[in-house]
Amino acid sequence: MTEQTQNGEANGRPLLEIRDLKKYFRVGRENLKAVDGISLEINKGETFGLVGESGCGKSTAGRVLVRLYEPSGGEVLFEGKSIHEATGSEGRALNRKMQMVFQDPQASLNPRMIVSDIIAEGIDIHNLAANGKERLDRVHELLETVGLNPEHANRYPHEFSGGQRQRIGVARALAVDPDFIVADEPVSALDVSIQAQVINLLKKLQRERGLTYLFISHDLSVVKYISDRVGVMYLGVMVEMAPSDELYSNPLHPYTQALLSAVPVPDPDVELERERIVLQGDVPSPVNPPSGCRFRTRCPYATEACGHDEPVWREVSPEHWVAACHCIP
Amino acid sequence: MVNESTNGTSDAVLRVDDLRISFSTYAGEVQAVRGASFDLRRGETLAIVGESGSGKSVAARSIMRLNPAANTIVRGGEIVFEGEDLLRLSERRMLEIRGPKIAMVFQDPMTSLDPTMRIGRQISESLRKHLGMSRAQAAERAVELLELVGIPNAEERLRQYPHQFSGGMRQRVVIAIALSCDPQILIADEPTTALDVTIQAQILELMRDLQERLGMSIILITHDLGVVASTAHRIGVMYGGKIVETGTVREIFYNPQMPYTWGLLASIPLPTADRSQELIPIPGSPPNALDPPAGCPFSARCPYAMRICEEEMPGYTTFSDEHRAACWLHHRMAPKVEPPASIGGAK
Amino acid sequence: METRDRELTPEQFRALEEGSRDSERIAGPSIGFWRDSWERLKKNRAALVSLALIVILFAFAFVLGPLLTPFSPSEQDIAQRYERPGAEHWFGTDEFGRDMFARVWQGMRVSLYIAFIAAGLDLVVGVTFGAVSGLLGGKVDGVMQRFIEILNGIPSLVVAILAMVVLDPGILSISIAIGAAGWTPMARLIRGRVLQLKDQEFTLASRSLGAGNRRLLTKHLLPNALGLIIITLMLTIPSAIFTEAVLSFIGLGIQVPNASLGSLIDAGAEDMRFYAYLLFFPAAVFCLLMLSFNLLADGLRDALDPKMRK
Repeated sequence: MTEQTQNGEANGRPLLEIRDLKKYFRVGRENLKAVDGISLEINKGETFGLVGESGCGKSTAGRVLVRLYEPSGGEVLFEGKSIHEATGSEGRALNRKMQMVFQDPQASLNPRMIVSDIIAEGIDIHNLAANGKERLDRVHELLETVGLNPEHANRYPHEFSGGQRQRIGVARALAVDPDFIVADEPVSALDVSIQAQVINLLKKLQRERGLTYLFISHDLSVVKYISDRVGVMYLGVMVEMAPSDELYSNPLHPYTQALLSAVPVPDPDVELERERIVLQGDVPSPVNPPSGCRFRTRCPYATEACGHDEPVWREVSPEHWVAACHCIP
Repeated sequence: MVNESTNGTSDAVLRVDDLRISFSTYAGEVQAVRGASFDLRRGETLAIVGESGSGKSVAARSIMRLNPAANTIVRGGEIVFEGEDLLRLSERRMLEIRGPKIAMVFQDPMTSLDPTMRIGRQISESLRKHLGMSRAQAAERAVELLELVGIPNAEERLRQYPHQFSGGMRQRVVIAIALSCDPQILIADEPTTALDVTIQAQILELMRDLQERLGMSIILITHDLGVVASTAHRIGVMYGGKIVETGTVREIFYNPQMPYTWGLLASIPLPTADRSQELIPIPGSPPNALDPPAGCPFSARCPYAMRICEEEMPGYTTFSDEHRAACWLHHRMAPKVEPPASIGGAK
Repeated sequence: METRDRELTPEQFRALEEGSRDSERIAGPSIGFWRDSWERLKKNRAALVSLALIVILFAFAFVLGPLLTPFSPSEQDIAQRYERPGAEHWFGTDEFGRDMFARVWQGMRVSLYIAFIAAGLDLVVGVTFGAVSGLLGGKVDGVMQRFIEILNGIPSLVVAILAMVVLDPGILSISIAIGAAGWTPMARLIRGRVLQLKDQEFTLASRSLGAGNRRLLTKHLLPNALGLIIITLMLTIPSAIFTEAVLSFIGLGIQVPNASLGSLIDAGAEDMRFYAYLLFFPAAVFCLLMLSFNLLADGLRDALDPKMRK
């Protein structure tokens, strides 16, 4: 729901540019092609949703963005500069500008640290507070921003519920005043009624602080709700990308169509009436993706040609990109 | 394919009455289930919906008496199946019931199967023990079962190990094992939660199909309202160890009567909904099972809570043959309250 | 009965005031990790008994032993040699007339000094090696692990013996020998734990905030390995005492007139046929000590294990 802001783009460029990004992992003798060439741009103040099922590479892509992994190919530009070539103080500055919120509320907080130390870690590393009092004040401020109480600062993570822990994770990311946040499945491990709390928090923070998000999730309903534009990934590549409403009302790629169809709608009459596309078979291994179009092993429209004709990534209508094959007009 | 249930309770195959289950831990007594009552009719799918901490999994496992014996305390209630109270049966009798009469499918297909045993043997185990089949007969039936759950090349796959199957395939095998002795009741505890959404769609379709063909009664435990809408006939909403509302699937989705149910429905983003609509979360967190509140378990988070809600647990109010809810708002002296506009069939 | 029909007063239907309910409140005091583990340990009777036994034995070795006997461990009185246990010498005397009660407790003290120094070496060398190996990974890890494998190829006793052949026997040298032979299990365990923790999301979060290796180790990795370290140390101690006893048996241990439990047992074994008490008392203390440490370590493992936490 945030409008595209033209101001705030450094030098008229998008905040983040990803060009043909690749990340391979060595597994024994072979290469696991987790991310195999994705390209996209994210503008300041927008939320880009990255959607796909397990093994599609979306989490890996997110981690490359916050420099937890080095890319195997391609590049990522933040404010026009390559992030993986940054070293020393430039590198540290990037750590502040690009932050991540993690998925697992259990594992994302150090069980041996109290909450104030967890939240203040970024402040400590970058020396953002002059003394202990300033640090504590900042921690209290952040706790309140995410809807928790200042007394919570002295407690341990295991004393909190999943939703509260996720909010502590958000506070930790905010402590360094980032411009860009990668949210890697931030609500997937939470109960439905709690998910809404965290999502609303993220939206509020975006409005108030002009944050830019990459929102990674397998939950299509949540992604649609929070994102301005959405990209669909399958086996390491992007198969479709479009503004949120456009993607959901007019999906062009067969995988996107199947994915949307697979999501059960919490409305019994709708469920009773609607046509479902149920894909057959399993997701192939990213170690050896199918030749030509990767989706052909499960695609209801696959032909022989799909085995050797690679789909072409093109803009089919304004802002609507598809890995186009014979199915796409 | 989801029909309205019109049968009365005379058709119940399982009846859970005021179930109370606690666990003794070093921190104290954890009251997981505090008086849950529901019944399962022949041939229907009953969904028990709740979030973490609601007690739904504990209740389901209690039916099969699968809770750890060392620290489980049955504080009250009964589970009636074929005229017997399952809570009070001997373990020997339970062994005869688990498998042939009531079977269970769990959430995680990765850990539900023995990684060191071939699939064929895992399926035949039950057949040979409960139905007394010979090795050859069991193998033949195993092939039939794998075909029933949609696994191609069944004969070949019988000889394989679990790690050679994908998540979705493993879940199918687990379902095949559960079905092997033709049980009357299948309890499925979050059967698709750990699966990708396209695989989930396959498994749900399989379950619907099997129910139609075999006439099984299914208890489906889940937190996913979408799954419920597409597979259940009736729903029991569970919170804080209690069933707070029950009804047919249409009644619960289109005419819910309890604020927790309103909260649940209002907090889900619908794929069809407009993005400008606010998601209305339920503030706060579920109650502490070590120290549950005296009154309604939802009172701490309920926007309509009144004094009486904190003091006393409300009884049920009946709205139709199937539809009951426990809330003080239904008392004739309570103020009239409208549910939020975003739910109740707004399309 | 139907809710509708209950008789109630209008008062009960008043809405609750805002702010009187805090839905984010956490009940109860903050429970730290150690308190939690202690509670769990208390439930393990064997561990508690062992802990008590260790405390009692330590009390005797360092305080009560020397206090309760007028004799010193090296005081010889030939007239009183080979006295059976009695009122004057509770544990009897040895071939030189030395009071066995005093000698047994001195023996325990010496054994413990050796064990603690060896454990200290284990701690410093083993933990550092394992942590660095696990954290850095890649080629460095490969080289360090090969080194450990080579070291492990040699039986630890042989390493200790070789070390003793080179060094002159004494408390410090024995400790170093035992420590040098026994640090590899700790290194392996710590490396394993660090590898596990390295991929946990909280470690990744710290990295993405810009934390360097030093911070990761001191704030995140080692604190979460503390339980493992304590348990392993708790097992190193009896292992060291035992190794020292073996060294004594082959003559490379503590030399006379000093005594360790091992050397006392060795001496006692020689005179075992006629003077069984010379063997019995040091062996009894030795066994109790070993058993207690092992049981305590077991209990600690259960109590500190994060997986069992609820």
